Amino acid sequence: MKLFELILLVSLVVCAVSVAFARDLLTSIVIFMSYSLIMSVIWVLLQSPDLAITEAAVGAGVTSILFFITLKKIRAIRKEEPDEPKER
Amino acid sequence: MSRRKDNYETSRWAKFIRWVDGEIDPLEHGMEIRVPERTEQSETLQTELKLPGTDRTEISQISADRERAIQERHIVRGLRRFRVFYQFMSVVLCAAIIFVLLWTVASLPPFGNAGNPGNNEVSARYIEQGLQETGAVNIVTGMILDYRAFDTFGESCVLFIASCCVLVLLRIDAASRDEQTKKRMEEAAYDRLYEPKNDIILQKCACVLVPLIMIFGIYIILNGHLSPGGGFSGGAVLGAGLILYLNAFGFQKTERFFTEKVYRRVTLSALTFYCLAKSYSFFTGANHLESGIRLGTPGAILSSGLILPLNICVGLVVACTMYAFYTLFRKGGM
Repeated sequence: MKLFELILLVSLVVCAVSVAFARDLLTSIVIFMSYSLIMSVIWVLLQSPDLAITEAAVGAGVTSILFFITLKKIRAIRKEEPDEPKER
Repeated sequence: MSRRKDNYETSRWAKFIRWVDGEIDPLEHGMEIRVPERTEQSETLQTELKLPGTDRTEISQISADRERAIQERHIVRGLRRFRVFYQFMSVVLCAAIIFVLLWTVASLPPFGNAGNPGNNEVSARYIEQGLQETGAVNIVTGMILDYRAFDTFGESCVLFIASCCVLVLLRIDAASRDEQTKKRMEEAAYDRLYEPKNDIILQKCACVLVPLIMIFGIYIILNGHLSPGGGFSGGAVLGAGLILYLNAFGFQKTERFFTEKVYRRVTLSALTFYCLAKSYSFFTGANHLESGIRLGTPGAILSSGLILPLNICVGLVVACTMYAFYTLFRKGGM
């Protein structure tokens, strides 16, 4: 159990750092979602299931959806054409 | 009688008013924001070196050019110094904040210690008497909807105000014939053109998932006083289910049962009911009056007095707010 908690905490830190360093905004939002999911598991381990439900519904669900729509509105999500050569 | 001062025109208040009106620019004689381009400067220096002047006018022009180049170089140097200083100070500030925060965390009392200041008579009373006084098996709900119901009322009002602000910012008024409004409406129509109206995979998944999500949300709200959960989390789950339904089947289906009028009525009546019920219970409780609200047997669904209806109110407000956020972001209306 201790090892599991350690793995969760380390992946939490990794997620938090990689959100800031991700090049693509879409990628960073997906990482942010996974951050919220890990956080909700940690809330369960800390014996507060109320917070875990809220974190999973709000943090991983609704907030990321709002971020996605905002990205779509500001045209930051762009479809990759199949013929277009990749830049990276 | 107020007398106008002689130096009113130069006073700070007059300057401030003029600045608010947009008549003067306070940065006009201040810092130069535009960075002089380096290549141009080096070119001028090169031409200066290559072409020694023969005429007097040319010489004077070259000297003027040189003066200007020197001035520009001074500005560039100052900017470069400022940039280095800025980067250095940002690193120092960041390190200082990290140090202060880590120091604070290190001097906190250990987690779960019995002698912590958090373990005082208030929490002891909540734990010992909570079940008797509120009738809620889930002590967290008993706390947030009975002992501290006023805080929860503030939170739901904050949600309502937040959705109102989003409404003010993002709503597209179809009545106004503005150029910008027309553009935004076109954009909304373009957005709806590409919504996945007949995505079979999404629709089948939604057919299976949406009822489950809805029932789970209702379960969380109704069992808020018996098991983990409550109005806020259940309402968020309900709102997420509504958003999934909307994504799968489009606006035409949801607009049948959820319009702006429904949103306004549901939210306002829930908040009003919450406010009135809790005011009544606080009034009677503070004056040691008989409130007439029976607590019932703990563990049953219809128990713990006002907590169940209050949970339903909070859940409705939260679900409506989540859904309203989504629709306002998507198309600027409900």
